Amino acid sequence: MNFPILSSLILLPIVGALFLFFTKDKEGNNLTAKYVALFTTVVNFLISIYLWISFDQSTSSFQFVEDRTWIEGFINYKVGVDGISILFIILTTFITPLCIISVNNSVKNRLRDFLIAILIMESFMIGVFCALDLVVFYLFFEAGLIPMFLIIGIWGGARRVYSAFKFFLYTLLGSVLMLVAIISIYWITGTTDVVQLYEIGIDVKYQNLLWLAFFSSFAVKTPMWPVHTWLPDAHVEAPTAGSVLLAAILLKMAGYGFIRFSLGLFPVASEVFTPLIYTLSIIAIIFTSLIALMQEDMKKLIAYSSVAHMGFVTLGIFTLQQQGIEGSIIQMISHGLVSAALFLTVGVVYDRMHSRLISTYGGLVSVIPKYSILFMLFALASLGLPGTSGFIGEFLILMGAFKDNFLVAVIASIGVILGAAYILWLYKRVVFGKLINEDLKKMLDLNRSEYFILSCLAVPILFFGFYPDPLIKTIEVSVTDLINTHNTNIASK
Amino acid sequence: MENLNLILPEIFISLSIMFLLILGVFKNDSSKITFNLSLFAILITTIITINETFSVTRETLFNESVVVDTMSSLMKIITLIGGFLVLVISSTYLKTFKIYNIEYPILILSSILGMMVMISSNDLIVFYMGLELQSLALYVLATYNRDQLKSSEAGLKYFVLSALSSGLLLYGCSLVYGFSGSTNFDIISNQLNSNEYVLTFGIVFILVGLAFKISAVPFHMWAPDVYEGSPTTVTLFFTMVPKIAALTVFIRFLYVPFLNLIDQWQMIIIFLSIASMVFGAVAAIGQTNIKRLIAYSSIGHIGYTLAGLATASNEGIHSSIIYISIYVVMNLALFSCLLMLRRKDKYYEDIEDLSGLSKNHPLLSLCMLVILFSLAGIPPLAGFFAKFYIFKAVLEQSMFFLAIVGLLSTVVAAFNYLRIIKIIYFDTEKDKYDTDHSLWLKFSLTVSTILILLYFIFPSQLIEVVSRINII
Repeated sequence: MNFPILSSLILLPIVGALFLFFTKDKEGNNLTAKYVALFTTVVNFLISIYLWISFDQSTSSFQFVEDRTWIEGFINYKVGVDGISILFIILTTFITPLCIISVNNSVKNRLRDFLIAILIMESFMIGVFCALDLVVFYLFFEAGLIPMFLIIGIWGGARRVYSAFKFFLYTLLGSVLMLVAIISIYWITGTTDVVQLYEIGIDVKYQNLLWLAFFSSFAVKTPMWPVHTWLPDAHVEAPTAGSVLLAAILLKMAGYGFIRFSLGLFPVASEVFTPLIYTLSIIAIIFTSLIALMQEDMKKLIAYSSVAHMGFVTLGIFTLQQQGIEGSIIQMISHGLVSAALFLTVGVVYDRMHSRLISTYGGLVSVIPKYSILFMLFALASLGLPGTSGFIGEFLILMGAFKDNFLVAVIASIGVILGAAYILWLYKRVVFGKLINEDLKKMLDLNRSEYFILSCLAVPILFFGFYPDPLIKTIEVSVTDLINTHNTNIASK
Repeated sequence: MENLNLILPEIFISLSIMFLLILGVFKNDSSKITFNLSLFAILITTIITINETFSVTRETLFNESVVVDTMSSLMKIITLIGGFLVLVISSTYLKTFKIYNIEYPILILSSILGMMVMISSNDLIVFYMGLELQSLALYVLATYNRDQLKSSEAGLKYFVLSALSSGLLLYGCSLVYGFSGSTNFDIISNQLNSNEYVLTFGIVFILVGLAFKISAVPFHMWAPDVYEGSPTTVTLFFTMVPKIAALTVFIRFLYVPFLNLIDQWQMIIIFLSIASMVFGAVAAIGQTNIKRLIAYSSIGHIGYTLAGLATASNEGIHSSIIYISIYVVMNLALFSCLLMLRRKDKYYEDIEDLSGLSKNHPLLSLCMLVILFSLAGIPPLAGFFAKFYIFKAVLEQSMFFLAIVGLLSTVVAAFNYLRIIKIIYFDTEKDKYDTDHSLWLKFSLTVSTILILLYFIFPSQLIEVVSRINII
């Protein structure tokens, strides 16, 4: 395979953004810009699908690897995918076009600049998922802050400045320690190439500190309790498309980082710190679910539910069981689809009523039935009803957790119940009940593009709910291999 | 016979200064031609420097009191290019304030000459001569807009404090001379290996003097006032060019005469570095004037440069030089933006004046966005790589405390830059600024922004050039 398919995935959105940059910005609904952006991202999606088709599922080694000297004798630009990362790339390329279709309602001014930011964001996110060099990874990981900061700050809601600053500084603070760790790894082992590092291994005496440094970055990004507070703010103030990107993909960077780097590079330290992760995950699941119950703002509620769901993900990853890790990956994919869908459904009513408060709504089912049905599907997927993708993830995670630690699994299961409680209660208050607010009667049901976006999300949620095989097949070999290397590493130390 | 070719750049620039002075005296209305001729002179000096000295690994002249090596050539070239760009973008600003006189280019040329002497010095006396030559020119430049109170105040302040620091420096030099019996760096290096207290005093005095010149905390007090009061183009000159020369001298002092006394100065440099990084970041938080903010941010950036020097390794020196080079480019870009904030012959310097700039001036704002994120050290911009090399060198020596404090202060510093971005992008717009900028101003902004933005594609080139420097 000589064609640099991964680099073209990374570069294509940037090319699209450059093209947009040289077009003239028009006021109002800038259709040309939108079509250009849409075209770029759809092509990118098709390339990633081709990537998936030609991906060899029977091996856990990295494929489509590109390796170029970047800084002489120090860093190589190295990208490649294995079973774990390919799904995240597809998730990214799948969500981004949907975001672009959705913007016509939520973004009023400077549409062209908004699309440029989204495209650049996409390219950085793909870069994060296929980087096979720690420095390259860090570069993409951090660079994503710039477009997201602008998306929240320029096109956000009333408290956008506060939220943008909080988002930026929190994440930066977490990440700088990771930079120290990356450079230290270079001096300890002489390389930052992930594949080589897997082979060499890192001396046990350094692992704990390095693990903590990586953890500080990923914990903020995941976000784990108690550093999750930036997320509700960022979500609430970001425009719909921004929230979608944030929830669906940005949060997954950290989960991916945990699997790829924390588990892969520091096996001994991962064992040492499993109790810490368990505790924080459990607190995240229970505590933020309770907070979610109390929310009056729909977006905030979904944001807290994201924290709880990511708690499941971190829990699953550090069970260090086949099912747990597979469950975590599927849960991340599923949460990517479901949270995106939920934010979009909130966006739909927000565009019409300009209110995110739950109390504004009630009785929507009699006004906008199509919307209500889709909303119900997503709500059920979020609580993990069998038949939706949410179920597969949560089920596998809990199975892994039961194998590893009974008590943790039991507490986490309570979290599932709470998850059902807040999302169903939200649905009840918004969709059912008496139609009191007179303004609601004038609401229009989903228009074509909204209907299209939400259906696009509903199909994979249902499909993978009934038939998760394609997902599991893709990740299986890589995860098995990860666990095996992990166990041999532990045994040898 | 000495090989005079090696100091041809200095000779040429001195002759040009004298010629320009004569020309200015005898010809009326000669400011324009002086400007152009001095640009020409700098250009030719640069070419001579590249031609004559760039391939020289190390040669000494005049009883070993002047040294020409890779570092001196490289730093001279950066100084000259910096000086050229400052001169070329200042004309509009000076015309606006009606201070477009012959003295300005001549003063800049003289200070550049002083810096070149400093950079090449291998002897305490030569070094001091160069230092004073550049300082005297800089005092006058600071007060150049003499009708404005603030400018005069800046010049006076700079003069008094700088004279004090020169005094300390001189006293330190005399102590070192007393102990080593020579003013030559190489001989001093061989003589100094005792642990005398008085010698430590000498080193401390010299370091304090140098720290003052590069405005490292706690010897930074002059910087914000002088930067704010001086004419903007002079401030640009202050933040870029003298720092390069001072840094070179710093490197020379630490790694030639004081190399054997590493235990004695290493803690001092680490302290200066940490104090500058932290103070630069924290003190900038409340600033409302852009030039003051830049002053504090330059203090912070000097802290990072010093962190590279504290490592006592070639790697560290390289990283410092890379840092200062990238910093010079970022500063040039930022000041080009600042010089574009002009409305009807009035220049705007408050952060609030940038409010909503992105609506009326999207391109200018985009440039500022890139520059500010780069200053904050966010990848993939050049500023990130600058910091990255520094911390790479610092961590090689396992100086974790320095690295972690440095990186945490980047987060605080990032807040300051984000604040400006917020004002540019998130706030409501004000009136339009003039857009009829000189071609050179546009050119310097575009080129420096593109360099910052695309540095990540070819990061190896700069390293390659810099890694030819071998001091230790």
